[in-house]
Amino acid sequence: METLSTNTETIISENGIQYPSKVMLDLHNLKKVYPTPKGDYVVLEDLNLQIMKEEFITIIGHSGCGKTTMLSMIAGLNPISGGNIAVLGNPVKGPGPDRGVIFQSPSLMPWMTALENVLLGVNQVFPHASKKERKDIAKYYLHKVGLDGSFDKKAIALSQGMQQRVGIARAFAIKPKVLLLDEPFGMLDSLTRGELQDILIEIWNKEKITAVMITHDVDEAIFLADRVVMMTSGPKAKIGDILNIDFERPRTRKSVLEHNDYYEYRKHLIDFLEH
Amino acid sequence: MKQSITLSKITQLMGFGFLKPITVLFSGKPQREDFINFLKKIIVPLLSIVLFVGIWQAGASALYNKEANYKIEKALADQGQVAADEMKACIASGEISCQPNTLPSPAQVWTSFKTLIKDHKVISADKLAFKEKTAAMNAKRVAAGKDPITYTGRPSFVDQIVTSLKTVFAGFLLALLIAVPIGIVIGLSETLRSSFNWLIQIFKPVSPVVWLLLVFMIVKTLTKDSNSDSAFIISFISVGLCAMWATLVNTAMGVSSVDKDYINVAKVLKLGPMQKVFKVILPSSLPLIFTGLRITLSVAWMVLIAIELLAQSPGLGSFVWEEFQNGAIDSNSKIIVAMFIIGIIGFLLDRIMLTIQNMVSFNKNEGV
Repeated sequence: METLSTNTETIISENGIQYPSKVMLDLHNLKKVYPTPKGDYVVLEDLNLQIMKEEFITIIGHSGCGKTTMLSMIAGLNPISGGNIAVLGNPVKGPGPDRGVIFQSPSLMPWMTALENVLLGVNQVFPHASKKERKDIAKYYLHKVGLDGSFDKKAIALSQGMQQRVGIARAFAIKPKVLLLDEPFGMLDSLTRGELQDILIEIWNKEKITAVMITHDVDEAIFLADRVVMMTSGPKAKIGDILNIDFERPRTRKSVLEHNDYYEYRKHLIDFLEH
Repeated sequence: MKQSITLSKITQLMGFGFLKPITVLFSGKPQREDFINFLKKIIVPLLSIVLFVGIWQAGASALYNKEANYKIEKALADQGQVAADEMKACIASGEISCQPNTLPSPAQVWTSFKTLIKDHKVISADKLAFKEKTAAMNAKRVAAGKDPITYTGRPSFVDQIVTSLKTVFAGFLLALLIAVPIGIVIGLSETLRSSFNWLIQIFKPVSPVVWLLLVFMIVKTLTKDSNSDSAFIISFISVGLCAMWATLVNTAMGVSSVDKDYINVAKVLKLGPMQKVFKVILPSSLPLIFTGLRITLSVAWMVLIAIELLAQSPGLGSFVWEEFQNGAIDSNSKIIVAMFIIGIIGFLLDRIMLTIQNMVSFNKNEGV
């Protein structure tokens, strides 16, 4: 959290609270409760996290600790039980295209082509652009994820990895303020996963969209992130520890693996997960 | 080569995949497996047809003998030995008046089929002649503002089929226009779905006959002072009402069970309600809607015969009923002909729906 102290500029939100202007996403005393017949089940409690502009955060933690719950609350798909979430000082009230989501399954509309899937979002976000401009945006991002030859292929005809590429293109093409990634590569084989990590980080280097990504993969967490957030196991999960990854960007897999601190970081994360 | 590819693709799409071994055998170089395939998929099914006809023939001749013996014994008991011998000779001679009336043999049915075709040709020629004869006069009548004279002769078997098809399509269209929009609306709203559920559950199992009577009550009054064809209106509305439930239930189910991921995507992109329905919900429920429509069409065809029979509306149903009442020597075999025709048309209608369903369904790898 030391980055906070360096912020001098502030902005004032709707409700008059002052925020350091570098904070993109602010989770404050976040709480999530699921009512059950046996009483309330508290998934998250007192969860505080500030994510800076242009920061890439990865979140690791044991299965079922509430990572996905937290992410879907940020996305606005899951109601907040207590505390609040703000994007640039504006409280989150529901889903919206300022927070792009890449889901675990590609979630493409199978009856649409790759291009149509990306356009679905682009048309929504840039309603005043001409048809050609919107198409160009969609094509640009499909090109970026390496799908030049597959614009007009039906989503269902694409492999899982290719579908997730379209998912990445769709998320970036709507130019969100925050990108939320829910284990986007969890269902892929390790070779494809590596490829997609490279693609993701390449686009991200260019666009610098604040990103929050859940992962189970320690190496993935280190390779992609500026900070790795470790969550404690539920119930009442909160932030357990935060690890700053001080590798230079742009990174390559090779430079990361060869870096002296890499195994230190890795050990830190694994130690946390094993206790 | 290209032609044979498209041919096999079309047969595949229409669910006539069983014809593939033939197309394979006649296109390119057949392999040993192709011959085995041919044997399995063509020869064995053909044998099953032969077996079917054989059993039918045996059953028909057993029934024929039983009926004949009964007739002879009855003559013996009522009128004595002489009458019994006469009856025996009469049956053996093939005299029409004393033939036992029972299940017709395949050969008799085939003959009746040919008779019906011949009859159709005669009636068509007759109709054509009538049209030519009255053409000039009708033109005058129309010019004078009177109704033209129409042919009022007996409809042929083929005319009855056409009438039935018209009725079933009108009924199907009605079912589609009622059930799909309502299905979408109640599929979208949990509240509406639970409020209308009782209505669907109660009316779904109601018999076609009762629907017919209900429609009759209403249409009779509505068409009292118009000279529209009320028999046709009654039968197609009844068919539509009987058959629409499958589509209604399937549409509502398809719309309400859209993959949650798609809904989440729509939420994140903040699609408007119209876009959400037309771009996400409808396309993803199309396969289920079409499953419903397919059931609807086959139910419509099935109940049509019963409804035509009761509504006195022209068509295959009244053809069957008239033949049954008629009791002529070839009436039974004409009924069997109608049975086969009904079955074959029903099968073809189902295949057409299946083809459309496969074309709109996104679960197929069309891109490959």
